[in-house]
Amino acid sequence: MTMKREITVTVNGQEYHSEVEPRMLLVHYLREMLDLTGTHIGCDTSQCGACTVLLNGESVKACTVLAVQADGCEVTTIEGLAPEGSLHPIQEGFWEKHGLQCGFCTPGMIMASYNLLKNNPRPTEEEIRTALKGNICRCTGYQNIVSAVQYAADQMRTAATAPVGAGE
Amino acid sequence: MGIAAMVGSPIKRREDPRLITGQSTYVDDIKLPGMLHMAVLRSPYGHARINSINTEAASKHPGVVAVYLAEDLKGVVGNIPIAAPLPGNISNGMGHRGPLADGKVRFYGDPVAVVIADDRYTARDALDLIEVDYEPLPAVIDLEKATQPGAPLLYEEFGTNVATPIHPPTEEIDRVFEQTVAGGGVIVKGRFVNQRLAPAAMETRGVIAEFRKADKTLNVWSSSQIPHFLRNFLAEQLGLPQHQVRVIVPEVGGGFGSKLNIYPEEALAAFATMKTGRPVKWIEERSENLVATIHGRDQINYIEAAATRDGKVTGLKVHVISDLGAHLQFFTDVIAIGFTLPMLSGCYDIPAVYGSCDTVFTNKTPTDAYRGAGRPEACYIVERAMDLVAREVGKDPAEVRKINFVKPEQFPHKMATGAVYDSGNYAGALEKAMEIVNYQNLRAEQAQKRAEGKLVGVGISSYVEICGIGPKGTIPQGLYESARVRVEQSGDVMVYTGSSPHGQGEETTFAQIVADEFDVPIDNVVIVHGDTDSTPEGRGTYGSRTTAVGGPAIFTAVQKLKEKMKHIAAHMLEASASDVTLEGGNFSVAGSPQKAVSFKEVAAAANTSNLLAPGVEPGLETTVFWEPNACVFPFGTHICVVEVDKETGEPEITRYVAVDDCGRQLNPMIVQGQIHGGIVQGVGQALIEGVEYGEDGQLLTGTLMDYAMPIAAELPHFELDHTVTLTSVNPLGVKGVGEAGTIGSTPAVANAIADALGVAHVDMPFKPERLWKIIQQQQQQQPQQ
Repeated sequence: MTMKREITVTVNGQEYHSEVEPRMLLVHYLREMLDLTGTHIGCDTSQCGACTVLLNGESVKACTVLAVQADGCEVTTIEGLAPEGSLHPIQEGFWEKHGLQCGFCTPGMIMASYNLLKNNPRPTEEEIRTALKGNICRCTGYQNIVSAVQYAADQMRTAATAPVGAGE
Repeated sequence: MGIAAMVGSPIKRREDPRLITGQSTYVDDIKLPGMLHMAVLRSPYGHARINSINTEAASKHPGVVAVYLAEDLKGVVGNIPIAAPLPGNISNGMGHRGPLADGKVRFYGDPVAVVIADDRYTARDALDLIEVDYEPLPAVIDLEKATQPGAPLLYEEFGTNVATPIHPPTEEIDRVFEQTVAGGGVIVKGRFVNQRLAPAAMETRGVIAEFRKADKTLNVWSSSQIPHFLRNFLAEQLGLPQHQVRVIVPEVGGGFGSKLNIYPEEALAAFATMKTGRPVKWIEERSENLVATIHGRDQINYIEAAATRDGKVTGLKVHVISDLGAHLQFFTDVIAIGFTLPMLSGCYDIPAVYGSCDTVFTNKTPTDAYRGAGRPEACYIVERAMDLVAREVGKDPAEVRKINFVKPEQFPHKMATGAVYDSGNYAGALEKAMEIVNYQNLRAEQAQKRAEGKLVGVGISSYVEICGIGPKGTIPQGLYESARVRVEQSGDVMVYTGSSPHGQGEETTFAQIVADEFDVPIDNVVIVHGDTDSTPEGRGTYGSRTTAVGGPAIFTAVQKLKEKMKHIAAHMLEASASDVTLEGGNFSVAGSPQKAVSFKEVAAAANTSNLLAPGVEPGLETTVFWEPNACVFPFGTHICVVEVDKETGEPEITRYVAVDDCGRQLNPMIVQGQIHGGIVQGVGQALIEGVEYGEDGQLLTGTLMDYAMPIAAELPHFELDHTVTLTSVNPLGVKGVGEAGTIGSTPAVANAIADALGVAHVDMPFKPERLWKIIQQQQQQQPQQ
């Protein structure tokens, strides 16, 4: 068996020191070693985007990142998007606009939407649909996901304070 | 109190807070102390004999606890359950299998061995150390070739690959066709391929089995649509008494029929935990999901329709060839026979409808119920046939549909297929959709764009489907639904449903029913599902049945308790129960509202017993098993507008209008969500999806890189509207909506594509390459264009 490596990763503002196999995927590290099970696994080939998290503020698919590659990085997962007890405007949007059904793709959708809105606070419908190309939802037909992101964009623009979000 | 009329309100879902924060618990999120992991070795061949298996190296691999083969299960674990085995070959054992392949593998992905190890990486590593000596056999992949003499046989002892041939006499339908032709009518013909699809719920399957030796209890967590069926059949498979098996269905990440099944891995994990004494978890990888979880559709349909010159269809003759795959899963054998054949007439009052069917084994993953389950195929057949008729008689497809619709005053209506439709207003939905899309204008625009050389097509699909199964005798196990309702001393309401929602939102819609009927705040209502130890024997969620069968069970239970509460209130008010009404959270005497006791006071009285009249049983709890006496038939019309790029063959949906009628809508927001998602699954079939195999039985679409699924960027904004035609089959007037969008949408796209290209028929999926070839052929035939 391969030697384990020591890594230090800050996840949702908390620093973790762990020993991992070099081949361990970041998504398995988050889910199985840190028990952050909000990030899901929907495919083995980086198509579905259910495992999308923020790595140093940029969205990545955690199934295509090795845990050792996250050494020294900051990771934000769905659990860390908003302070305990509150919702991020994107989360609110998904609830308000019925942007989810089974909920399995939802954390990844929300994290990918976060990345979009950070770079483009006024996305058109087409821009939202394009930005979510890497995230598959089998339930909603995407229409209400688009509405959810539009809702969030409106909320975030009108909010007096900067959007909440760890990892940046 | 003003909280009445929750029913009909688009209230936000109560499920969502846990789902949007990552706090929900799917099977893979559960960890048990000492838990082991299972990995499954699968056949790399479509068809092969197993000469030998060497597990020595795998067994010795560090971290491996056990390796199991078919021989280990013999006499211990029974066959994979089949809900309704049809008479003939199937009842005689054709297509039945144990959890692991025994002597022969029959499809790419057939499970051969399992490894149980300390962690999932080790289990997966050890699979590579198992040596299997396979002797490859010729595979039969082509559905029609499988029916021919001399085809390789999956089950040699039966001498054929055909499981259930159904060929009624044709004299009557032949006579109708002859008469129609003699009367100057037309006959149209077609061969339609309804391709194989992968349900591909975003959460793959998963199971954890935990055997507690001390009390001989088997706990099974499974991503399932059918907790009670799973409990009952698994107990039978393992030879355990039912009461020693408990199935818990946690959060489920979509099913679409694919989790309406009892799969090998559930019994395998159960066997492994009973042998090792430690909990065993198995989580399906996506590449496994695309071979080891059922596929859907896969039919070839030969159709002939006879019609008068006016477009009145006089007869429809259909031969269905249905691909079962290599084995039978829960409902594999009945999808085509039980759901496609009875729905062949669609919305149309066709005097003579003939259906024949061959269900056929091939070296592929078993097929079974996938969103729509046999009805999308029926709808595709009849809706394509209507367009062929319209084309042949030179009428607008909308006109031909109107001529043939069953009229509103004809309901309930027995169709030539034998199905009895409950209620409908098919012309109403069509007209509304035509109004929204501005049909006349649309056709004028289309003509103009065509004159400019653009390939624009308009497709109409008027669908009807059967759901809310089902009445007594539909399957041997019964298809009722159950509800246990309890009013606590606090006045809060606990509802335990036998339904097993997994994304459809019934924690919200069921609570809406209860809140209205008890006139209590919805926050005081809890809906519990997915645990065989707490919920009454139920039948689960599939076939658009949860609202239409599970809903009435809850409604009826609430009525029973309300009646009891009225009697208790009457005693407290010294009034007659018949004078007591429940309104605004209070039981009061009619005509004197000041004489009242609150819902909470009555709940407290019932549960503490001291204020009850002598002889009145304390407590407020009841269990209802509600069995429908008929099915319900949702319907609607979808209109799709496409433009096909002449240069690339790429189709684009430029407009999509859907008018759906599912009876009373409990929560319009959720209804719309179901329609959106349903449409996209149907559009996915039309445009891009398809499971493909090589001739040797290799799966060519084994990952999501190769199996295309619809993404946001490829889809239009859907324009939705609805009509409401109630049903009297259940007290809520509800039908079902889970599958309607999928059933209605595929033919709308197909009809639009055929219209755009000006051809009679194109087989799905409408990938650019396929359309481009047709365009090229047309241009070669007419070089001046």
